[in-house]
Amino acid sequence: MELTPIVRLLTCGSVDDGKSTLIGRLLVETDSVPHDTLDATKKTRRPGSIIPAGEIDFSLLTDGLEAEREQGITIDVAYRSMSLLDGRRLIIADAPGHEQYTRNMAVAASRSDIALVLVDATRGIRPQTLRHLTICSLMGVKKVIVVINKLDALGFDQKIYDSLITDLQPTIQRLEVNSISFIPVSALEGDNVTYRTERTKWYDGGSLLEEIQAWRDTESTADHSRMCVQLISRAENFRGVSGTISQGEFKAGDEVVVLPSERKAKIARLVTFDGDLEKAPPGKAVTMVLHPDIDATRGDFIERASDYTKPADRFSAHLVWFDEEELIHSRSYYLVNGSSMVPATITSIRHKLNINSGDHESARTLHMNEIGSVEIATDSAIPLTKYSENRSSGNFVLVDRVTLRTVGAGMIVHALRRATNITKHNYEIDKGARAQQKGQRAKLIWLTGLSGSGKSTIANALETRLFASGIHSYILDGDNLRLGLNKDLGFTKEDRAENVRRVAEVGKLMVDAGLIVIVALVSPFKVDRDHAREIFGEGEFIEVWVKTPAEICAQRDPKGLYKKAKDGSLPNLTGVGQDYEPPTDAELVLDGTDEIASNVEKLIAKVL
Amino acid sequence: MRSSPEILRALENESIEILRETAAAFKNPVLLYSIGKDSTVILHLARKAFYPAPIPFTLLHVDSTWNFKEMITFRDEVVKMHNLKLIAHINEEGVKNGITPFSHGISEYIRVMNTVALKQAFDKYGFDAAIGGSRRDEERSRAKERIFSVRESGHRWDPRQQRPELWRTYNTKIRPDQTMRVFPISDWTELDIWSYIHLENIYVNPLYFAKERPVVKRGTQLIMVDDERYPLREGEKPEMKMVRFRTLGCYPLTAGVESNATTLEEVVEEVMGVKLSERATRLIDGENEDSMEKKKREGYF
Repeated sequence: MELTPIVRLLTCGSVDDGKSTLIGRLLVETDSVPHDTLDATKKTRRPGSIIPAGEIDFSLLTDGLEAEREQGITIDVAYRSMSLLDGRRLIIADAPGHEQYTRNMAVAASRSDIALVLVDATRGIRPQTLRHLTICSLMGVKKVIVVINKLDALGFDQKIYDSLITDLQPTIQRLEVNSISFIPVSALEGDNVTYRTERTKWYDGGSLLEEIQAWRDTESTADHSRMCVQLISRAENFRGVSGTISQGEFKAGDEVVVLPSERKAKIARLVTFDGDLEKAPPGKAVTMVLHPDIDATRGDFIERASDYTKPADRFSAHLVWFDEEELIHSRSYYLVNGSSMVPATITSIRHKLNINSGDHESARTLHMNEIGSVEIATDSAIPLTKYSENRSSGNFVLVDRVTLRTVGAGMIVHALRRATNITKHNYEIDKGARAQQKGQRAKLIWLTGLSGSGKSTIANALETRLFASGIHSYILDGDNLRLGLNKDLGFTKEDRAENVRRVAEVGKLMVDAGLIVIVALVSPFKVDRDHAREIFGEGEFIEVWVKTPAEICAQRDPKGLYKKAKDGSLPNLTGVGQDYEPPTDAELVLDGTDEIASNVEKLIAKVL
Repeated sequence: MRSSPEILRALENESIEILRETAAAFKNPVLLYSIGKDSTVILHLARKAFYPAPIPFTLLHVDSTWNFKEMITFRDEVVKMHNLKLIAHINEEGVKNGITPFSHGISEYIRVMNTVALKQAFDKYGFDAAIGGSRRDEERSRAKERIFSVRESGHRWDPRQQRPELWRTYNTKIRPDQTMRVFPISDWTELDIWSYIHLENIYVNPLYFAKERPVVKRGTQLIMVDDERYPLREGEKPEMKMVRFRTLGCYPLTAGVESNATTLEEVVEEVMGVKLSERATRLIDGENEDSMEKKKREGYF
């Protein structure tokens, strides 16, 4: 494994936090600024600048465009290079800190290994810090360095420094930031930027430069191997497929598969200008000669046949919206990954992320700089993987098909449907015929409510009644399904959404089979239940809220969950650690403290 | 410190990826060949990117008619050596109107003989994408350039309308009224360029090596008197001095530096020691703080 020779760093914070000064000082103290440029920063002054002539105005080193200098703010990502002492290259992507420029931060974060998050100690933790951490986490930045700046103005007080770190802990835990460190700094006076100073004796970590240099990243050759075909190379008696190995490695002789066609071949040669290779490492640009010379075109992917990504056409993803025109549900966009471009539609917006609080909010669209959790359907299958596993095979950008602007960027959460080449086949016997044969009307009763509200008890009593009347029915119980079909799902909002989606799809099949289906599922989020309702026909979906006061549910506690929630071993229990969003247009509301028999009567009236 | 071979290989691989993407995604891409070291490196990268197939781009040289003579000789030599297709475009109207850096001022001359000439060539040959050698370390507004950078109709650059560019996922789609500029060596530094030329032993223009050349002093700058068109002051005689050039362009606007670096090795050593930005030797950029951004908005490369 080789050490990655280029380290990419993202800086987040605003001019007010002293970001320009910090980066400027880092560049100047490592002698990374040409001397004539440095001279200019001693002479040039912005209107209103209070920096004495002859001293360096660090901000002039980092603010690029005319419009930015006029406004004294940074509006676009700027890239700067410097050398680390061990010979590696550091590329700094300087991202603006203002809210309206979330998109630029996403741009800068997308390729960054490390993020520098600036906190102005004199102002404390502000919403923008939480926003920066959220975006870093979402974009898969591998290490976060929180720079607590302006400590010179606070007498380098350790208590203030410690309390700021404590304030950040809940956010850090919520976002699951894996690698994080904190540095007390004065960018203005140069403490702990490139070297440690005496004024923070209580701090036992390294300077900012030392922390950056301590970052070690390697590219693993053991990964899943993958190359996207950029073009077909043709010369006399030669045909090969050219691309860059985005992950893993390939060897001459490897058996590979071309995706999405899933045709197999062997690598006959790995051709480069500097001679054929025995093996091509990650990051290498090569031209593969395949044997047999099967059909592969631009935008196809090549992976090792022993372990490849199954192409899919439905995905759940996080999506950052960039365009002034909002996201249009059901409009066709181009989805781009590597050289692959396929038409795609956002089929649903599960929720929008409140970037300041981390809360999930229901949304019908995404506006510029908003981030949402969406489902996306592609017109043809494409082999994308989870972004959390690999940034290059799990990312995509969305392009508007008319304006051709880049309107959004997405991170795959997981593939939702792995079947390809699906065309719906219509059979002679349909839902109506099947239900008629049974002498009933197929329906689905969706019981939602807190754990312990009585959903299962009611479902059981109802089915017993129906069975006695000769009606064909089936209960889909949330807990029971989690033992099998849904055993891969947890209780996060995303997993709950997927849980609801699967239960709804199974319920739909059963309704199609002519059954009366009773679902007993907490299903706390309105958006998920609404989504379930969407896939059923008119009058088929009956939402029933089993409304039982939370205290009574906790008293009943039939599964001991409230007890676990209380002692902290169950964080996501609905009504305790997660909210329950009550239905606003349920067909029926049952009081879970009423007699079972009377509730069953009410249901029977709705069903038959 | 010289750029390590590991860094150079990583940069090389990324540049090749960008060149291949350009060749595959556009109908009529062109490689802007300015004859300098950056173009020379891009040409070398293009040979690698498409091997064993030939380079699929036409080369375009916007000839201001004031380039160093040795640039033109070198250009023709390289075209022949690698069997390339080259278009040399001159703004004939500018020539007819007698536009020179001396008669109309540097800005106007650059606008007519470079910026306008480039637009003319684009429209004449219908190029939809142009590959250029800009690097982000050259100048502040270039630090913010995308790798695939859209130009609106009239070749205008609108910095506020830049497309977000994430990961290595490039949006190469353009409308018929737009064109694309592509910068495959964005992340390279001047030292990377020289270290790579040294590593790969690439043939570069002799003007980069020190030699006794006839120069005159203009302010602090040494200007080589490359032909009889250069207006000498009364009684002035060019002086022979050991000079080399850090960048190449129009000879009256490109100052030489005094140097004894006559080999590639020595040039690399010198570049490592130099602490001035390379644009310090260009007469055009220093005119105004935002000169580069202004020129780019008008369509300068």
